[in-house]
Amino acid sequence: MTSHHAPKSQVSKPLSETFAALAKDGRKALAPFVTAGDPDLDTTLAVLEALDRAGAAICELGVPYSDPIADGPVIQASYTRALAAGFTLEKFFAMVRKATGRVKMPILAMVSYSIIYRRGIDRFVDDAAAAGLVGLVVPDLPLEESDVLDATCKGANLALVRLVTPTTPPERAAEIARRSTGFLYCVSVAGVTGARTDLPAGLVERVTWLRTKTDVPVLVGFGVSTPEQVKLLSSVADGTIVGSALVRRVGELAAEGPEGVAKGVERYIADLVNAAR
Amino acid sequence: MPSPLSPPLPAGGISQVPDAHGRFGRFGGRYVPETLSAALDQLQAAYDESRADPSFQAELDQLLVAFVGRPLPLLFAKRLTEYAGGAQIWFKREDLSHTGAHKINNTLGQGLLAMRMGKKRIIAETGAGQHGVATATACARFGLDCVVYMGAEDVRRQEPNVRSMRMMGAEVRPVESGSRTLRDAINEAMRDWMGSVETTHYIIGSVVGPHPFPRITRDFQSVIGQETLRFCQQELGRDPDCVVACVGGGSNAAGMFYPLVEHKGIRLVGVEAGGRSPKPGDHAASLSYGNAGILHGSLSYVLQDPDGQTADVHSVSAGLDYPGVGPEHAWWHDTKRVEYTSVTDAEALDAFDLVARREGILPALETSHALAWAVKEAARRPKEEVIVVCLSGRGDKDSAEIARLRSIENGGAHA
Repeated sequence: MTSHHAPKSQVSKPLSETFAALAKDGRKALAPFVTAGDPDLDTTLAVLEALDRAGAAICELGVPYSDPIADGPVIQASYTRALAAGFTLEKFFAMVRKATGRVKMPILAMVSYSIIYRRGIDRFVDDAAAAGLVGLVVPDLPLEESDVLDATCKGANLALVRLVTPTTPPERAAEIARRSTGFLYCVSVAGVTGARTDLPAGLVERVTWLRTKTDVPVLVGFGVSTPEQVKLLSSVADGTIVGSALVRRVGELAAEGPEGVAKGVERYIADLVNAAR
Repeated sequence: MPSPLSPPLPAGGISQVPDAHGRFGRFGGRYVPETLSAALDQLQAAYDESRADPSFQAELDQLLVAFVGRPLPLLFAKRLTEYAGGAQIWFKREDLSHTGAHKINNTLGQGLLAMRMGKKRIIAETGAGQHGVATATACARFGLDCVVYMGAEDVRRQEPNVRSMRMMGAEVRPVESGSRTLRDAINEAMRDWMGSVETTHYIIGSVVGPHPFPRITRDFQSVIGQETLRFCQQELGRDPDCVVACVGGGSNAAGMFYPLVEHKGIRLVGVEAGGRSPKPGDHAASLSYGNAGILHGSLSYVLQDPDGQTADVHSVSAGLDYPGVGPEHAWWHDTKRVEYTSVTDAEALDAFDLVARREGILPALETSHALAWAVKEAARRPKEEVIVVCLSGRGDKDSAEIARLRSIENGGAHA
């Protein structure tokens, strides 16, 4: 920790408490990603409660964006559906406020910097903190452009979770790891989001190395869908992020209404949570 | 001929951009997923090396002469000038380039860069198809694999260019997501690049995207403005009074304007797509009606809703049908060095007809926007003044779409 950083325990208190509790139980984090507003915000609220019941440690809530270049077809399609259904940031923050009053798992927003910038950095961060979010993941904001948002998040006690990828050179990866707050997001494969069947070669070594470069937990994401993968990753990382596989299920179950979606999601995530140890 | 990589510019001032972080004033930058950061650093390094390497410049210069057909002349548009009844209108004949538009200057330069980086696969996006054709052409010439992403709506509007790309061995992938136009094609190309970045170079077609693309594309296109200055000196014995170019992403305009921005006596005008009306969704004029925002990796002017979602846009010309604009144009706009204005679909179509009949040139619909403004302006200016229009591309690709639009206008069936 360096002097210009606020104490990390303050910035990401709800997250550090979550990781401490997991460690006490000998468990690893299962962190689902779900798109806000797909197919509508009522369903998202029901899904968040279902994820919490299923034992998810943390949730990443995707803010739909019209031009998501980091995302594969599944999440892209969910964003398109949410926007077509009338998603707005006002409705989003109102829903998040309800959710954070009802669930114990910390919720972060995964959001494009285009959206943050347009709303105004201060205003977006204030709104996020007021709604009870514990942090932001901004997949299109590299280290070089992040000083302002970094400082603003620290001022509001929000974590700013950063990403390292297989194409990140080691020195840069170490710097990103050092500056990440809350946790570090280790992207398992170069490419867009999407469920994959195999884990890439070298991932285990990379995660092990990254854990020596940071004092925040390291979570692995991109391409995770099965309990077997979660189990394997839990043996090396502090947790696993599951995105496209869950978003696909929400899309498939959408016709069954909020309760039907919540039921299906709860069963799927409970199995993954059991594997995360 | 002067090399496009060493523009002879006076020191200091408005042309000394971007900085090391890709900033044009507050605009530009690099807002991309971490996966692409290393590739952009690699591209920056390869580009810096190539600028310092005389053999790179020599190879590109030779291609620009023997393959593209440069230098490209200035033509006095005699009958168009008579029609307007005022200032002289001159055309900078970029439409005479091999492949029919200025886009080839950039694809040859970036193709050479790709080979320098050891990348054998090229991806590109295209709107009107001119950049797609120019990329397919460079790839055929260099023996590189080529995949071009093109909005499905544009595949329909610009069918002749799709055929040309395929004939030169490129794979054209129609993009069905979103508005099915240029913006969606860029999204798909970026997504491809996310997964292929270690073996693939993305030749972005305009002065948009993350640093260092806006600078690289501008530099490769600067040959347009350099030749314009030189020919004006040779043929007129002086600088032009006014230079005008169309602006979508803004590559022909950036290449034309950049060598001129320090020549303070030359009035520079960029013409955006005014579409059907100034109402949101009816046009694609980011500088005229947009706000500062981030799209496709850089901060510039964009057309967005208040939540930051990209707005739908419209233009009769596929190449201008884009909700953003290059960050250097945003810089020139805010510093007031360049004036930006717009003309409507109807005005552009009328200019197309006028130039076809009075000059024997079918201009691209994109270019027709600049022509429409030039004719209006020439009428208001004295006969001694010289207006140079960047005739950025030829309109053969548009003839079927124009015939279809005219047939709808005249109450006929869809062509």
